[in-house]
This record gives sequence, structure tokens and C-alpha cells, in this order.
Amino acid sequence: MPDKNPTEATTRPRDAALGSGLGRVLLLVYGVFALSASARALVQITTHFDEAPLAYLLSGFAGLVYVAATVGLARGGSTGRLIALVSCTIELVGVLAIGTLTVVDSVDFPDATVWSNFGSGYGYVPLVLPFIGLWWIWRHKPEKAQ
Amino acid sequence: MNGPLSSATIIAALVLAVWYLLRSALDRAPGRNDLIAAGVLSLLVLVLVAVAAIGLATGTEVADIGTFAGYLITTVAFVPTAGYLAVMEPTRWGSLTLGIGCLIIPVLVLRLQQIASVTGA
Repeated sequence: MPDKNPTEATTRPRDAALGSGLGRVLLLVYGVFALSASARALVQITTHFDEAPLAYLLSGFAGLVYVAATVGLARGGSTGRLIALVSCTIELVGVLAIGTLTVVDSVDFPDATVWSNFGSGYGYVPLVLPFIGLWWIWRHKPEKAQ
Repeated sequence: MNGPLSSATIIAALVLAVWYLLRSALDRAPGRNDLIAAGVLSLLVLVLVAVAAIGLATGTEVADIGTFAGYLITTVAFVPTAGYLAVMEPTRWGSLTLGIGCLIIPVLVLRLQQIASVTGA
């Protein structure tokens, strides 16, 4: 894209759409996690579900949460924002709860999920991502009617 | 899967990632050349994936062929997806999108190598 108008601001107004600016970067990252977590769960559930049913169901649940967050960010508006807010909150609770459980007692989770050990298998991105996501959604509070 | 082509792809992706992250840090939107560079990287990845796919078709044994094929599809589609999002985002965040896309390519290639090294034979 040639820069047609160099004076044009390269940052967007605070009330721009949820899925623009940094939101579009989040969309890509959430999309990656939606795909990788869901695909991982699908392989686990379809090929060796009996080995660790709880871990694999959790894997599937994590995948669905990422899919929901991705859809919410992409959709935008008040509905999209709500979907993203709820799924990012679940994601935060999930990564903290599962992370703590797997560190304290790994017996119940013989096989890994994205949230195991606070997402260490994914470069701890699953731990950082909900904070960035929630901060971004929080910044996009809908304006009160004036 | 474990040849000079993989190494070249990983190095090219990492170099481009540094460049895009720098552009983003300097508050620059992706320019025409940035998008052309992403296109060239996409072609490199396409060649890599094509070689791997031909290898599969001509009898290379991979233990987990479903996962391997899934990774191949994801890998080949990845840079174009990041590029598409970046074109819609002519701000510094577009450069960041390309940068993150380029950072994920080495991960995907390394995972492909990992899966390929566990042969079914």
C-alpha cells in the first residue's frame, strides 16, 4: 500500500471497531489458538480418548473458548464485545486454574492441554493472551449516549 | 522435511519478522515492499509444503499423517492470512500482524519436522 496521505494518523480513534488496530492482531493470534487447540483436541478425542478423558475434554473446551473469542473479536459491536469479554474471562480463569492444578498435582492431567503449566508448551502465550484481550475489550467500552 | 529448504524458510521468516516488528515499533504501516516480501515468503513456504506433500504422495512414511497434513495446510495458508489482515489494517498494527505471522512460521516448520521425524515405519 503506497502511503497516499502521509498526514493521516496511523493510530485509530479509541472508539474504532473492536476488530481493528491491535484488535486485528489479536484476531490473528486468537485464530491461531482456536485452530491449534481445537485441532489438538480433535486428534486427542478421536484417536486415544480413553487415555485421559478429562484432559481431552478440557482440551476441547479450551478450543471452543478460543473459537468463541475469535468470533467475538471478528464480529464486534455490543454482541461481539460481550462474547469476547465472556470467553476471555473464561480463558483467564481456565489458564490460571489448570496451570495451578497441573503444577501442584499432575496426576489428574496425564496428558497436556493448551493451559497445562500455564501454557508453557505454547511459550506462555495462553497466559499472557487473556490479559491483553481483556485490556483491549475493556478499552472498547461502548460510549454512553450523550 | 529436514533440508536446506526448511532452514532457508525459517531464516527468511525470522529476518522478515524482525523487520516487520521494527516497522511496527517505529509506527509504520506495511508498505508495498513489505507486502511483496510477505508474498515471496508465501511462495517459499508453498515450495516447502509442495515438496513435503510430494514426499507424502510418493511414499514417505509419517506416523501421524492426519496431523501432518493439517499442519501442511495451516502452514501454506498462514502468511497469506496474515497478509490479508495486514492489508485491511494500514497502521502499525498491520506491521505487527505480519511480524507475528512471520514468527509463527518457524514454529509450524519445526512442528512439521518433529512430526515427520516420527516415522510410521
